Amino acid sequence: MVSVVYEAPDSVQGAVALLAGAKIPARPLAGGTDLIIQLQAQKNEPCLVVDLKKISELMESTLDEEGLHLGPGMACAEFFSRDDIRSVYPGLVEAAQLIGSTQVQGRASVGGNLCNASPAADSIPALIANSASCVIVGPSGERRIAIEDFVTGVGENCLGKGELVRVIEVPRPADGTSDAYLRFIPRTEMDIAVAGVGASITLDDDGTCAAARISLGAVAPTAILVPAAAQALIGTKVDDEALLVLADAASAAAKPISDRRGTAEYRRHVVGVLAKRAASTAAERARGN
Amino acid sequence: MTKTHVTTTVNGEDTEFLCEPNETLLSVLRNELQLTGTKEGCSSGDCGACSVTMNGRLVCSCLVLGVEAEGAEIGTVEGVSNKENLHIIQEKFLEHAALQCGICTPGLIVSTKALLEENPDPTEEEVRYYLAGNLCRCTGYDKIIRAVMDSAEVMRGGA
Amino acid sequence: MSESQEYKYIGQRTIRPDGFDKVTGRADFGADLSLPGMIWGKILRSPHAHARIKNIDTSKAEAHPDVMAVVTHQDFPAVSAGGFAVGEGQVDFKDLSRNVLADDKVLYHGHAIAAIAAKSEAAAEAALSLIEIDFDVLMPVLDIAEAMKPDSPLLHDDLFTQGLAEQPEKASNIASRMELKKGDVDAGFAAADVVVERDFSTPTVHQGYIEPHATTVRYDEDGQSMVWCSTQGHFDVRAIISTLLSMDLSKLKVVASEIGGGFGAKTTVYLEPVALMLSKKSGRPVKMAMTRDEVFRASGPGSATRSRVKIGATKDGTITAMQAQLNYAAGAFKGSPMGPGCMTAFTPYDVENMYVEGYDVVVNKPKAAAYRAPGAPQAEFAAEMAVNELADKLGIDPIEFRLQNAAKEGTQTIYGPQLKVVGLVECLEAAKNSPQYKQALAENQGRGLAAGFWFNIGGQSSVVINMKPDGTGTIVEGSPDIGGSRASMQMMAAETLGIDTSRLTPVVADTEHIAYSATTGGSRTTFATGMAVIEAAEDVVRQLKERAAAVWNVTVEQIDWADGVATNVASGDKLSVADICETADKTGGQVSGRANINARGAGPSFAVHLCDVEVDKETGKTGVVRYTAIQDAGKAIHPSYVEGQYQGGAVQGIGWALNEEYVYSEDGVMENAGFLDYRIPLSSDLPMIETVIVEVPNSFHPFGVRGVGETGIIPPLAAVATAVSDAIGVRMGDLPCSPPKVLKAIQDAS
Repeated sequence: MVSVVYEAPDSVQGAVALLAGAKIPARPLAGGTDLIIQLQAQKNEPCLVVDLKKISELMESTLDEEGLHLGPGMACAEFFSRDDIRSVYPGLVEAAQLIGSTQVQGRASVGGNLCNASPAADSIPALIANSASCVIVGPSGERRIAIEDFVTGVGENCLGKGELVRVIEVPRPADGTSDAYLRFIPRTEMDIAVAGVGASITLDDDGTCAAARISLGAVAPTAILVPAAAQALIGTKVDDEALLVLADAASAAAKPISDRRGTAEYRRHVVGVLAKRAASTAAERARGN
Repeated sequence: MTKTHVTTTVNGEDTEFLCEPNETLLSVLRNELQLTGTKEGCSSGDCGACSVTMNGRLVCSCLVLGVEAEGAEIGTVEGVSNKENLHIIQEKFLEHAALQCGICTPGLIVSTKALLEENPDPTEEEVRYYLAGNLCRCTGYDKIIRAVMDSAEVMRGGA
Repeated sequence: MSESQEYKYIGQRTIRPDGFDKVTGRADFGADLSLPGMIWGKILRSPHAHARIKNIDTSKAEAHPDVMAVVTHQDFPAVSAGGFAVGEGQVDFKDLSRNVLADDKVLYHGHAIAAIAAKSEAAAEAALSLIEIDFDVLMPVLDIAEAMKPDSPLLHDDLFTQGLAEQPEKASNIASRMELKKGDVDAGFAAADVVVERDFSTPTVHQGYIEPHATTVRYDEDGQSMVWCSTQGHFDVRAIISTLLSMDLSKLKVVASEIGGGFGAKTTVYLEPVALMLSKKSGRPVKMAMTRDEVFRASGPGSATRSRVKIGATKDGTITAMQAQLNYAAGAFKGSPMGPGCMTAFTPYDVENMYVEGYDVVVNKPKAAAYRAPGAPQAEFAAEMAVNELADKLGIDPIEFRLQNAAKEGTQTIYGPQLKVVGLVECLEAAKNSPQYKQALAENQGRGLAAGFWFNIGGQSSVVINMKPDGTGTIVEGSPDIGGSRASMQMMAAETLGIDTSRLTPVVADTEHIAYSATTGGSRTTFATGMAVIEAAEDVVRQLKERAAAVWNVTVEQIDWADGVATNVASGDKLSVADICETADKTGGQVSGRANINARGAGPSFAVHLCDVEVDKETGKTGVVRYTAIQDAGKAIHPSYVEGQYQGGAVQGIGWALNEEYVYSEDGVMENAGFLDYRIPLSSDLPMIETVIVEVPNSFHPFGVRGVGETGIIPPLAAVATAVSDAIGVRMGDLPCSPPKVLKAIQDAS
């Protein structure tokens, strides 16, 4: 494991100053469930680790009229025990609940899952489906960016030197809207997603789909938003026929690779199946809203 | 490298230790504090043998830095029983033969205690999913699940 | 079947004597011992799957201030080729020496090349990069079929196929060929109305014990040394180290730590001789522990296989011929469990005509180690799949088909002896009567059934029982307790002595404190070490009777012994074990019983497993929904731990059948060397595993014990794959039945 310089500032400003002023590579530490494994694999130059967990505003989430203000460092276990949040964003909470084991959920955070920028991250398609954005703070102030633009490549995000995610904002869904997240893994737990789908669906009073957002995970270098998949649903009753069109659109949009977790061909097929199922669940929930 | 001084609480006792900033809590427990009941199975958070509680939450100690223990409350398998008696969970693991080699047992005991504190009346499915991060290669889990369900019942005061 | 009424302790579900330490975290496993002045060793491993080592330069590492010692193969004495029986397999010392630290070639990615000891684990790890190696990188060969081709890259220039009619002149990756036959298979197939012939394959798998290999050693100035390690057999560790390092046995004390799982793979050595050499060179105690990554890349695994099976039967369901070719990947050095695979493949069947041919093939993967009934799961998978297909084609229920052809007392095995009394028929009847077999399947569900056979072994065991003045006793044994065997020893001694189990403490002693005992393997411990315990307890009883006779001044013939009490037949006076022990100082000193045996008469064990699965036909994902494991235990000493063996074996087999496999890159690098991507079953993947303990006693054991540890891993492979095949309507011949493979089978069929 690489040698570490550890700091635990108690303010966002303090964290930004440490990250911005670092003379060696610097990494923010939230739950550490990805970072500590990555540091173990590294052997060369020392690393500044800036623990964010002493910064209370990063560790809390509030739900108000605008929507959810999600503290990026809040442990998933704490997040998914919040029934108020679950009632509004059941799919997003499901996604957070799927990240790792109980032990990992005690540490891992949605913000960490986002910043780690794995193509297979469970929370990212769910955030994208919910039109989430994040507020980035850095030495030159704050900026806001949509989640689908935050991740720029495999393990890469748009954070510059000294920057960190201050809050993830998830707008309050329109009436008649609900969401779902599904992933495929070979076992029932503990695996990294072979494919994942986040779906948010808005139904009007007669059950016709008025709006939809479908996001796919683990089938491209980054999670992708697939407008064609949404179009397959809009104007329909989200019936079997529409779901089949959706599945094809999702499979067509996928640009997967083959690796130890699945072949490209398999991922392309399964992401379609998941899209169908996730959309069906989201629509069912929306009908109940 | 300079070691960092950390003040923490382990199993309710005030504890101080020195560690490298890159040292995991697992390594600190085993090598600095000689608490070898916490086991290392993978060092990547995939097996649960190193499960401990940190401020009441179940974590893998291999995915925590020792320096993060500053000011925290750590609970390990060594703190599960009291001076006179085994914890009901420990008794039930023995009664149900829920261990063969015993290497995963400390982690499972700690995890089960955390589970039953969170959810005193879990279904079999809830137990199976909560404990999915604690790998056991010997038992096929059957007797572990029975021991946990029985522990829950006794701890709830049922017969 | 059960005769537990006649026993007071046998058949009870007692609390295991070592349990308290294991639930409190107090038990010391391989990595838990630290010694004063101890330093840490780490191993430099090959970045190539196949390469010639042109030069190793350790000078920079040796010059580093943190480094206390560096070891390469050059530090080891030359060892000549030669076999040694360990556990259920043979090791060749020269191969083992080159596996522990590579000589002139590295033969798999992760092959150990050099080791460094330093003041801390991190310092040792960091210093590894200071060792410079020149490699001449060679083409690796990973697949059995590729390795068997005449033009394949060769792993060893000096490996010539054994077992051919004529001694070959050209080196080969085929280490050996084996042929077993009985009757005339050609005539058998000619008499068949229906013949099934099919190819099968199984992947490289890992035993997956949760405790990585670990050791702490100390080499003293006078050459005395202590090795503490996690092993199934510390006496064999002593023998191996003594040969690899040319040390006298008398200089070596090996202590078996508690062992965190082994399943056959902790019957050899990896770290121990290297650590001892580091200790010798540094003058300090040395601890070494593998990471999980190292465990996957450089220990175990279980052999991959490719096989072809052909079976024929008449319309009325009589099997007329069974034939197989079974090819096993040995890994980097010869010695896969091909032999036991060939011997077990068709043993559940009483069939006149059989022919089995096996090949042991080296490939650029880690040297295969024993894995629970080594060789049998792969062979019997292929055989049982073909039997199920044949039953289907004949329209006969798979249990009835097996009953009609089942091996029984007197069946001539293909490998030599006739079977004694065995319990296969009883297991099949139990399967037929199980609630699961009567339960209807839901949509997308399928059912599979398979049988399994394993020999079980006996061998050498030594036991001393030391009685104390209060009438309690210590059972000193030499068999590492891998799954609760101390409880069985305690119960068998208690039954024999007639005293409560709580008055007996079993201890697994080091190599200095008990005589040689063979490795815990081959399902031998409860059988063979149990026999030694019984014999030692009988020795105690004999002496206690003599002491009672001395107290009463009568002859031993006048002493009646029952339930731990000596009765003076003439007077009716009684003395308990405690009474006799309390006054033992006056009758000749304290009492010890002893037994050193080489146990014969191990009883083979048959099992039948029943598996119901549900397949998601859109994704190919399989879940096990119901499972019943039925097996003949002869006599279950501690039923809970017998059931535990059945359940554990079943679940390892389920993992093998569904998701476990080594995934390799083209250049021979394992891509899933961790529990994240080498997917062993989780608690959430499984239902309860129902068990039925069949008891057909083994007449060679005083209580009727048969080994139970291994057979349970054999049937699941075919039971699960048959259930999947049943659910999807396509026969699955290649394991694992992972979602992509199952989906493809469904898609190809439609």
